[in-house]
Amino acid sequence: MEHNIPDNQIAVEMRDIVLRFPGVVANDHVNFTLKRGEIHALLGENGAGKSTLMNILAGLYKPESGTILINGEPVSFNSPRDAIAKGIGMVHQHFMLVPTLTVTENVLLGLNEPRFLINLPEYDRKVAEIAESFGMKVDPTVKIWQLSVGEQQRVEILKALYRGAQILILDEPTAVLAPHEIQDLMKTMRLMVSEGKSIVFISHKLNEVMQVADRVTVLRKGKVTADGVDLQGVTKENLAELMVGRKVLFRLNKKAHTPGKVVLELQHVSALNNRGLPALKDVSLQVREGEILGIAGIAGNGQSELAEVITGLRVCEGKILINGKDVTNQSPKAAIKQGTAHIPEDRTGVGTAPNLAITSNLIMKTYDSPPISENWHISYSAAQEFASNLKRQYEIQAPSVHTQVNKLSGGNLQKVILAREISSEPRLIIAVQPTRGLDVGAIESIQNLLLEQREHNAAILLISEELDELLDLSDRIAVMYEGELVGEFPDEEAELNTIGLMMTGALRSPV
Amino acid sequence: MSLPFHLQVEKRLEEPPRWLPIVTSLGAVILSFLISGLILLLIGGDPIKTFQYFYNAAFGSWGALSDVIVKATPLLLIGLGCGLAFRMKLWNIGAEGQFYIGAFCASLVPLVPLMNMETTPRAVVLLVMALFGMIGGALYGFIPGFLKAKFNVSEIISTLMLNYVAVYWNNYWIYSTFSDAGFQMTKMFPKTAWLPRLADLAQQNRAFSGITLHLGVVFGLITAVIIWHIVNHSRWGYEITLIGDNPKAAEYAGINIKRNIILVFMLSGALAGLAGMSEVSGVVHRLQERISTNYGFSGVIVAWLAKLNPLATILVSFLFGALIVAGREIQPSGLYFLIQGTILFLVISSDVLLRYRVRFERTSSEAA
Repeated sequence: MEHNIPDNQIAVEMRDIVLRFPGVVANDHVNFTLKRGEIHALLGENGAGKSTLMNILAGLYKPESGTILINGEPVSFNSPRDAIAKGIGMVHQHFMLVPTLTVTENVLLGLNEPRFLINLPEYDRKVAEIAESFGMKVDPTVKIWQLSVGEQQRVEILKALYRGAQILILDEPTAVLAPHEIQDLMKTMRLMVSEGKSIVFISHKLNEVMQVADRVTVLRKGKVTADGVDLQGVTKENLAELMVGRKVLFRLNKKAHTPGKVVLELQHVSALNNRGLPALKDVSLQVREGEILGIAGIAGNGQSELAEVITGLRVCEGKILINGKDVTNQSPKAAIKQGTAHIPEDRTGVGTAPNLAITSNLIMKTYDSPPISENWHISYSAAQEFASNLKRQYEIQAPSVHTQVNKLSGGNLQKVILAREISSEPRLIIAVQPTRGLDVGAIESIQNLLLEQREHNAAILLISEELDELLDLSDRIAVMYEGELVGEFPDEEAELNTIGLMMTGALRSPV
Repeated sequence: MSLPFHLQVEKRLEEPPRWLPIVTSLGAVILSFLISGLILLLIGGDPIKTFQYFYNAAFGSWGALSDVIVKATPLLLIGLGCGLAFRMKLWNIGAEGQFYIGAFCASLVPLVPLMNMETTPRAVVLLVMALFGMIGGALYGFIPGFLKAKFNVSEIISTLMLNYVAVYWNNYWIYSTFSDAGFQMTKMFPKTAWLPRLADLAQQNRAFSGITLHLGVVFGLITAVIIWHIVNHSRWGYEITLIGDNPKAAEYAGINIKRNIILVFMLSGALAGLAGMSEVSGVVHRLQERISTNYGFSGVIVAWLAKLNPLATILVSFLFGALIVAGREIQPSGLYFLIQGTILFLVISSDVLLRYRVRFERTSSEAA
C-alpha cells in the first residue's frame, strides 16, 4: 500500500474481509480504509461487491473472516443497531420510510427517546436544525408521501445524522436524482466532511466520483483493484479499466446520417396511468428512419406510458401511426407486425419470462413464424439453433441456451432482450432505459448496438434518464415533464443545463 | 459442540439435472410410506402386514389390477386437464363440476334418447356420447374462463362454487325426469351405450370373465399423448407456458391472453367431461347421484404430483387408483387419507430440493 495514514486519522479500517454467497465470493480478502473527513468513493460494476462490503460495515451481514476497526478499536457487529451505536449510518438504495408519517416521525422511529409522550414541535425544531446546518431543505412536518424522491433521500440522511452518525454510507445516492438535485447532494456531502464526518460514496458513475470524491477504492468481482487511491493522480480511463478489467473507449461510433421518411407518428396522444390519473397529455411527435429521438425526463413523468401506448400495451386517446398505418389501441401484435421492437423498462417483469430458458425467451417474437414453427407445430431444434446463433452473436454469457434467464446477470439479461428485439431487423425501436443499472462495458456495447440500428435505417425512440446517454446518441432530444413534451432540440443545440431545468418543470419552450 | 462439518442450504444457480424431479418425487413417496408405517406402528398395528395387504388388494389379482386401472381412468383425464390449466396458473378446481356436467350431457344421448338406440351402431352412439360429454364439460369450463378473462373473477371461487351447482343440477334431472321408479338413479342405459369391457370377451377367453376394465382407459392414454404433444411441441403449448410464467411478457410478445384463458379452461373442462362420460358409460351404466368419489379433487392432486407432466400423470393416476382400491379394503379407513395426505405434502415440499441444494461443508478453518 502506497499510502501511509497516521492512525489517529483513520475512521474505519476493514482488513481481509471475506464473504461468500452461493456460487460467488462477494468479498474476497477485501481491504478498505476510510480517513476522517474524507469522501471515499467505492467504485465497481454491479455485483462487484460494493454494497456487500458496506452492508458488512453497517452490520447487516457478518463477514466469514476478517477484522473491522472503528477508530482503531476492533468491533464485531451482530446487527445494524451495533453499527449505529458506533456512529455508522447507511442510506440504502431503497428507502426505508413510512409514507404516511411525517419527516420528524420517520426520523424518530425506532429510537429509545422520546419514550411515551412526544412533544413533536420540539423534535421538528431539532430535525430542522440538523437539516439546515448541512444545507438540506426539508420541512419536518410534511408527510413522506408528499415528498419527491430527492427529498426522501434527505430524510434518510437526516435519520442517520440524528442518530449521531460520524461515518455515512451512501449507496448509489445519485441514481434516483435529477441533475440539480445531484449538485445539492454533493454540496451537502462537502459540508458534512468539513464538519469532520466521513462519507463512503458507492457509485458506478465515473463522472460523479471524479467530481466529488477525495479517494477511491475500486472493486472488481469481489477483489480490490485499487486500494484507496488519491483521485488527483488518476483519469476516468484509468478507473474504467480498473473497474471493467479491460480498456473502455468513451467513444461511440456515431456517424452522420440523413433521416428518411417518417416511421412513427403520434398525434395528440393522451393516456392515463395505472392509478387512473393523466400520464400523457396531448403528446405529438415524429420519428424518422435512421434517426434517434431521445426523450429526457425524470422517471415517472409519463415516459413508461408513452412507450406502452406505442407498443399497444396501454389504451390512449389520439392517433398513433407506424409506417403510416393506424395502430391506435390495437393489440401489441399490430405494432409487432409493423416491425416494432420494444426494449422495455422492466426487464424481469415485462421483457422476459424469468423461469423459462434462454431459448424460450429468445423466440418470444418469432415463435409463430418459420423456421421455428410451421402451422401449429413448434420445432425446438430450430428454436435452439436460432437461440445458439443469437447467443454467440450477442455474446450472451451463460452455460447454455437451456439456462433459465433468472440466473443471468443484469447485463446478460438485457442482451437477451436486445438480441431478440434487434435480430428481427426492426423498422422502429422503442428503447426504455436500455442501459440502466448496467456496468460500463455493457453500456458501451448496448449503445453501439443502437447506433448500428440507426445506420440500418431503423427509427429509434430512446427514453432515458441519463442525459449523457441522450446527448451522445440522439439526433434530437425532447424533454418530458408531467406527461407533456416541454421542449425539443436538435442534438447540436441541446444544452445540459436547459434540459435539466426543463426536466424539473422550471422552464418550458414552445415546441 | 463443533462438528467436523455442517449443512449448508443454498440456492441452485444452475439448472437441476433432469433426473432430479423424478428422484425427489419417488423419494417423497417412499418417505411417506415410511411415515405412515411409523404411525401404524405407534397405534399398535403391523406396518409390514398392512402394506402387504395393501399391495395384494391393489395388485394381487388381475381383477384387482383392472379395478385399479378403472379407478385411475377418470383421475388421468382430470389430472391432464387440470395440469394444462395449472401450467398457465389457472387454478381450475372445478373438475368435479365439469365431470358431472360431462356425465349428464353424455347421458342425455341414451336417456332422452337422442338417437335410435336399437339401430344406430354402437361405435356411433359412443362417439356421440363422448362428444356430448366433452362439449358439456367445455361449456361448463367456459363460464369461469369467460368470467376470468372478461371481469378478472377469481377462478378459484367460481370453479369451486360451480361444483355445487353441477351436482344439484344433476340431482334435479335425475329425480325430476329420468328417475328409475323414484330412486336416486336413472334407468340403466341400453347396451349400445356401454363402453366395451374386457368382460365382454369372456366367451372367447375365460380369463376375461369378471374383468371390468373398459375402453375409457384408452381415451385417457391417447389424451395423455396428445396433451404431451401440445405442451412440448406446439405453438399453443409455448403460449400457455409463457403466459403461465409471465403473463405480462406474453402480452408484450403479442399473445392474446384472454382468448387463451377461455380456450384452456374449455379444454380442461372437456377432459373432465370426457371422464364423466367414461364413468357413466364404462362403469355405472346409468346416471346417478355420487358418480364421482371426489375424482375432481383427487385429479388436482394427481396433476400436482405429476409436476404437470402429461406422461407422468399416467403413472401418478395409476398409483392413486391403487391407493383408492386398497383403501377400500383397509381398516381404519382413514389410513388411505393419511398416506394420500403425506404423499402430497412431501412431494410438494420436495420441490425445495429443485430450487435449493444441500451441501455438506467442512467446518472452515478460517473461522478458527
